[in-house]
Amino acid sequence: MEKIFKRCQSLYDVPTHYCPGCGHGIAHRLVAEVVDELDIREKTIGIAPVGCAVVAYDYWNFDCSEAAHGRALAVATAIKRVHPQNVVFTYQGDGDLAAIGTNETIHAANRGENLSVVFINNAVYGMTGGQLAPTTLLGQKTSTSIEGREKKAHGYPLKISEMLALLPGVCYIERVSLQSPPEVLKAKRAIKQAFENQINNLGFSLVEILSPCPTYWGLSPKESLDWIRDVMQKEFPLGRIK
Amino acid sequence: MKILLSGNEAIAQGAIQAGCSFYAGYPITPQNEIIAYMAKHMPSSRTGVCRTGKGQSQGVFIQAESELAAINMVYGASAAGARAMTSSSSPGISLMQEGISYIAGSQLPAVIVNIMRGGPGLGNIAPAQSDYFQATRSGGHGDYHLIVLAPACVQEAYDLTQTGFDLADRYRVPVMILGDGILGQMMEPVQLSTKKIKVSLAKSWALDGCQGRKPNIIKSFFLREGALEDANLKLQKNYAIIQQKETRYEGLFLSDAKVILVAYGTMARIAKSAISQLRSAGKKIGLIRPISLWPFPQQPFSIKNSRVKYLVLEMSYGQMLEDVRLAVGGRREVEFLGRSGGGVPSEEQIINKVKKIL
Amino acid sequence: MIERIIIAGSGGQGVMLLGKVLAQTAMLEGKQVTWFPAYGPEVRGGTSHCMVTISDQEIGSPYITEADTLIILNHPSLEKFKGMIKNKGLLILNSSLAKIDADVKKKILQFPFTDIAIRLGNIKVANMVALGCFVAAKKIIKVKNILKVFKSIAPTGNLKILEVNQQALKEGLRLNHD
Repeated sequence: MEKIFKRCQSLYDVPTHYCPGCGHGIAHRLVAEVVDELDIREKTIGIAPVGCAVVAYDYWNFDCSEAAHGRALAVATAIKRVHPQNVVFTYQGDGDLAAIGTNETIHAANRGENLSVVFINNAVYGMTGGQLAPTTLLGQKTSTSIEGREKKAHGYPLKISEMLALLPGVCYIERVSLQSPPEVLKAKRAIKQAFENQINNLGFSLVEILSPCPTYWGLSPKESLDWIRDVMQKEFPLGRIK
Repeated sequence: MKILLSGNEAIAQGAIQAGCSFYAGYPITPQNEIIAYMAKHMPSSRTGVCRTGKGQSQGVFIQAESELAAINMVYGASAAGARAMTSSSSPGISLMQEGISYIAGSQLPAVIVNIMRGGPGLGNIAPAQSDYFQATRSGGHGDYHLIVLAPACVQEAYDLTQTGFDLADRYRVPVMILGDGILGQMMEPVQLSTKKIKVSLAKSWALDGCQGRKPNIIKSFFLREGALEDANLKLQKNYAIIQQKETRYEGLFLSDAKVILVAYGTMARIAKSAISQLRSAGKKIGLIRPISLWPFPQQPFSIKNSRVKYLVLEMSYGQMLEDVRLAVGGRREVEFLGRSGGGVPSEEQIINKVKKIL
Repeated sequence: MIERIIIAGSGGQGVMLLGKVLAQTAMLEGKQVTWFPAYGPEVRGGTSHCMVTISDQEIGSPYITEADTLIILNHPSLEKFKGMIKNKGLLILNSSLAKIDADVKKKILQFPFTDIAIRLGNIKVANMVALGCFVAAKKIIKVKNILKVFKSIAPTGNLKILEVNQQALKEGLRLNHD
């Protein structure tokens, strides 16, 4: 009998620590599938962020480094410059990439570093307990925006992907979603594109993935997916940004 | 052949001589000559592109967007197996502390140069030695140490930078070269090494793709119960070996001295001038110049003469003083003379103080 | 022997270079030497200075509080540094841009270095006229070695620059020191 579905070689056979309905497990698998399909496991170096995905290296079966909160793209810049023949990517959440690490993000993009970025936008800080993120939607309740995000007090949801698209060093930016199986397949295609761009020396590529966090959204896993479709995608429209 | 170099240039040249293949930095006075020198002299610094197929690139120079980025680039380059260095001055080194803690926690080798200036805050750009605590007491979070080397002349700045890279690799620890604005800016003749530039050791732990081996992971995060304690005990064991093997100091006239001056870096030069004046007037004065500030040299303080007194001299209000007191252990008198904020104790002030003590 | 020299002028007058030529020559002669610059934000204009110590013994602080010789190329620098010369020390002054009355506490040599340099066709070599004046007064380094240093640091392919610096040095050496 033909085997049509199996565990990726780039994923260890271990359970993840993520909450039920969390998007990280799916996103990890998409990265692993892309690495397998491109046959680059032995030359891939991943940078795990500080945040819920901090131990991503416990799940991925290739070389990985941790990075201090927000500094993944500084670390990745150096690794890629030292080993230009390797495939180097960062995997970062919204707090990591668009709050504490905004400076590193913008400057790595502006230098046109030949890197791939997997950017998980779940509109909330997960690991620290559900605080306001730079991408939290207006009106969204978090433990530090108790009455909901209010523009006068907290500013607006930060559209870092649209900002980065203005930089000439950036080659490719696409926003995708994990809201439904067809969207997940599109997300995988985008990640693959970002990795292929790097292999072809085209410069900085970033895939923003709208990803569910049922725990800190106070929703069930199913409701979370609907919320991405009905609410989050209105603020963060899907599609190719650059 | 000797050439005239500033301390900053000598450190940069020493790094290149030691096979430093990655430098990231951010401008700050008084160490700007280091970043400029590295930009000019790092091989293939403009492209940063590998010329050697699999293996390391010839050399990468990056002007980072901040000291935070610079130290984390050094972290990444070191994780990738390069001999990596950054340099800065006091306020910039403060910004780097988190990254230095990660480097220590992840057991990565790196060389960090601090050409100290006056503080606190923005302070000024005058020479100072007021980051001694920060350098020797693990300036970032967690239980860790840097090896801290303090050159007193430009030749030593060149030599110790090379030693720093070797020690960093041997023990997988960050090494700090601690100088001040005078050392960085001053030019002196330097005898350049004629040895062939060293190739770094094979680093089986480094990240370069898991071809034919299990994946390597560089991290300082140990969440499982007991795992961090185990990792920290491993670091402590390494530190104990370093303390045993890597203390460095210069001792002068210790056998007959009645007063021993204790000073490092620029301050030790001024102490030496004072000593030569005092000795030509028949006064028995000696010098202990710690070269490694961590590990701090304890051994020269075990002098038998029970009437010997120590005078600690610093361009700070008394930081190394604490290490001297610990080394002396209350057995002898320890006096102090220090100035800060751009003030440097002069020969005359030292001589007057010594005369009072004698 | 120890000679502590402070060289000061306005930014752009070449005081750093003057100091470096002195230091390089001393190094060439096997002497101990330190060169220490003011490293403030001055680049052009304002006052700029460096401190050179030449000795046959190990040098302590490169920072000079009491100079054996002051070489001063403009008036603001004179005001700033005239108190830092030791008793009976030597003051070499660019009289094109600064004046001082005779003083029993120091030996003063004042000549119009800038005017001499203009006459040579390059105002920038006033510093080397002053260097010549210093070397003739205090024979601690040899002229032939200064010329060697000139050659080693002159931009290659620009003989004119080298020549005018050599001429400036000679003019300085010739100035009357009595």
